[in-house]
Amino acid sequence: MHTILLKVTALFYFVGALAYLHFIFTLNERSAKLGRMLLLIGAILHGAGFVARYFVAGYTPITSLFESLSFSAFAIVCVFLAFELRYHLRALGAFVAPLAFAFSASAAFLPGEVRALAPALNSYWLPVHVTLLFFGNAVFAVAFGAAIMYLLMERELKRKKLGAIFKRLPSLDVLDDINYRCMTIGFPLLTLGIITGSIWASFAWGSYWSWDPKEVWSLITWLLYAALLHGRMTIGWRGRKAAILAIVGFCAILFTFLGVNLLLPGLHTYTNLSG
Amino acid sequence: MSEIVIVGLNHRTAPVEVRERLAFPADTVGHALRGLRERDGISEGVILSTCNRVEVCVLSEQGYKGVEHVKDFLAGFHGVPIVELSDHLYHHLGDEAVRHLFRVSSSLDSMVLGEPQILGQVKDAYGYACEFKAIGPVLDKFFTKAFSVAKRVRTETRVANSAVSVSYAAVELAKKILGDLTDKVVMLIGAGEMSELAARHLLSAGAKGILVTNRTFERAVRLAEEFDGTAVRFEELATHLKRADIILSSTGSPHFILEREDVEAVIRIRRNRPMFFIDMAVPRDIDPDANEIDNVYVYDIDDLNNVIETNLEERQREAELAEEIVVAEVAGFRRWLDSQQVTPTIVSLRRKFDEVRQAEVAKALSALGTADPKTRKVVESLASSILNKVLHSPISSLKRETDDRSPMEMVTAVREIFDLPDEEAGGAPEAAERPPEQGGNVGGQ
Repeated sequence: MHTILLKVTALFYFVGALAYLHFIFTLNERSAKLGRMLLLIGAILHGAGFVARYFVAGYTPITSLFESLSFSAFAIVCVFLAFELRYHLRALGAFVAPLAFAFSASAAFLPGEVRALAPALNSYWLPVHVTLLFFGNAVFAVAFGAAIMYLLMERELKRKKLGAIFKRLPSLDVLDDINYRCMTIGFPLLTLGIITGSIWASFAWGSYWSWDPKEVWSLITWLLYAALLHGRMTIGWRGRKAAILAIVGFCAILFTFLGVNLLLPGLHTYTNLSG
Repeated sequence: MSEIVIVGLNHRTAPVEVRERLAFPADTVGHALRGLRERDGISEGVILSTCNRVEVCVLSEQGYKGVEHVKDFLAGFHGVPIVELSDHLYHHLGDEAVRHLFRVSSSLDSMVLGEPQILGQVKDAYGYACEFKAIGPVLDKFFTKAFSVAKRVRTETRVANSAVSVSYAAVELAKKILGDLTDKVVMLIGAGEMSELAARHLLSAGAKGILVTNRTFERAVRLAEEFDGTAVRFEELATHLKRADIILSSTGSPHFILEREDVEAVIRIRRNRPMFFIDMAVPRDIDPDANEIDNVYVYDIDDLNNVIETNLEERQREAELAEEIVVAEVAGFRRWLDSQQVTPTIVSLRRKFDEVRQAEVAKALSALGTADPKTRKVVESLASSILNKVLHSPISSLKRETDDRSPMEMVTAVREIFDLPDEEAGGAPEAAERPPEQGGNVGGQ
């Protein structure tokens, strides 16, 4: 039941993403409202699915690749809805909702049965560690969407050929502000996620840091975002530079999250394609 | 049969010398409306008079003859020989007239497509007609409908969305680059009509303050006073530039007053807070290469003109959508007009049967001779209930809207079958009792 619930949300995110795309092409307000409604319903079902699965499995169900991808989609939708509520950036939906759909759809193709928990994962640190990181990643995913919008908008303004993008996207100032907000929220989440992981590692593996591929790539990601945040605070890295770094940073996140698991086996390999 | 008729002229059909002779200043409209209504067969009238057009809209009881009446009225009222007018005047009848007013109030017939003033002017014209009681149910419905069509066009198409003047384009761009303008500072370098106008627009769009500089400091001071801003010495331009988010420049300088390196230096001091340069000078004041610096946007006068050009093209495209809305609305209004013809039919149908009822009741009562009140009551109620039941189905099929058959056909059939008198076919008898839906002062500016 809960597995179906987790998989069926992909449909809501799909139609929601379509509605937001329809909005950005036609500027029909009703489509944006519909999109938001669909994402909201999807997220509620999704959350309910995870709660149900928690009780069935007896542990925080963010361990298999299926669960991780699905939870990523959930976190992205939640963060997006929070930003939409705060800033009314409906155009952002056309860039972020497809991302959420991509995660939930790829989860839907994986086997979703509940399996016995690997003994090393049986810890109170599991929910803390993974929720911090997944929500951090989701915030960076929103920054990624806003960064793409920024670059599109900037290109049009620099070329002075104002067309469809100029009419549809919010101002550069707002998009850059979203980038900054995302950094100030996402970076602490990422930092805390890595620290809690490190503490947990000292209990589980007997060492705070073992240079396992996942740890190395997390560090690379952390350094990238640290550089961006530092550059912004001190010498005013903003606009185009900040947007490009947000995109590079998100690619690093994707690699840390998926690439490492599939290509570079290590201590963190609890999640692979077979589950 | 009554028809809506519009006779008028506009900026395309008549030069200003003709338009000014036919214009109705506000204080003459009441008098004119009264004169118009005195004409034969004109039961309702509205006069629209702006600097670009004069339109007289009437409900004519004699169809096309109304056109002649209105032309006659225009010539007579203004004392202009009708031969001088006939080349400039156009007229529209029935659905064409409906389409015309819908297009005019949606600003599809304006000199600047999509300009917003015309709707207010049409509302004013309607207001006068209400005030001087020149309007009746048909034109009342007609104009109210025209307002809602205009609103639909404005919300459903982007015909009036984008800036079509240099200064508005500057504001639009500033908002897209800098976001909220309320904490932004404008700097005006040199003086020029266009840059001053743009500065005014930026300030009314919320910009926080303005710095003014000029080669002659006194002029800067004078202009700064006018804008409630701060005057800055031209020699100190470099030190003050960092405070400005939007720079409007129009000096007579033969070479760049700001080179790329100058702008690079300023943007570094500003820690990359974006700057928007609007260069209205010819020859240009600001090195166009500065546009390549991150967070710096430099638009010269040609760039702004290109923006306007694109916007005008977009308005043109959107106007096609708007025309489709108008066509659909004309059809809707035609249905309403037709249903109006049904109402008088029902009234005369009822009246005819009522006469029969009264006559027959009187006959029956006189045959009964000394009838007590109770018997009278029974006879009377018998007659009215038969009448109501018999009339129920013809009346409800008259009222029913059908798609495959125009209500006019039904009306004609009923009129023939029941041999109804013809003189009431056009005007709606209950019209006079219906008050205008809105008061006199509508949409005044």
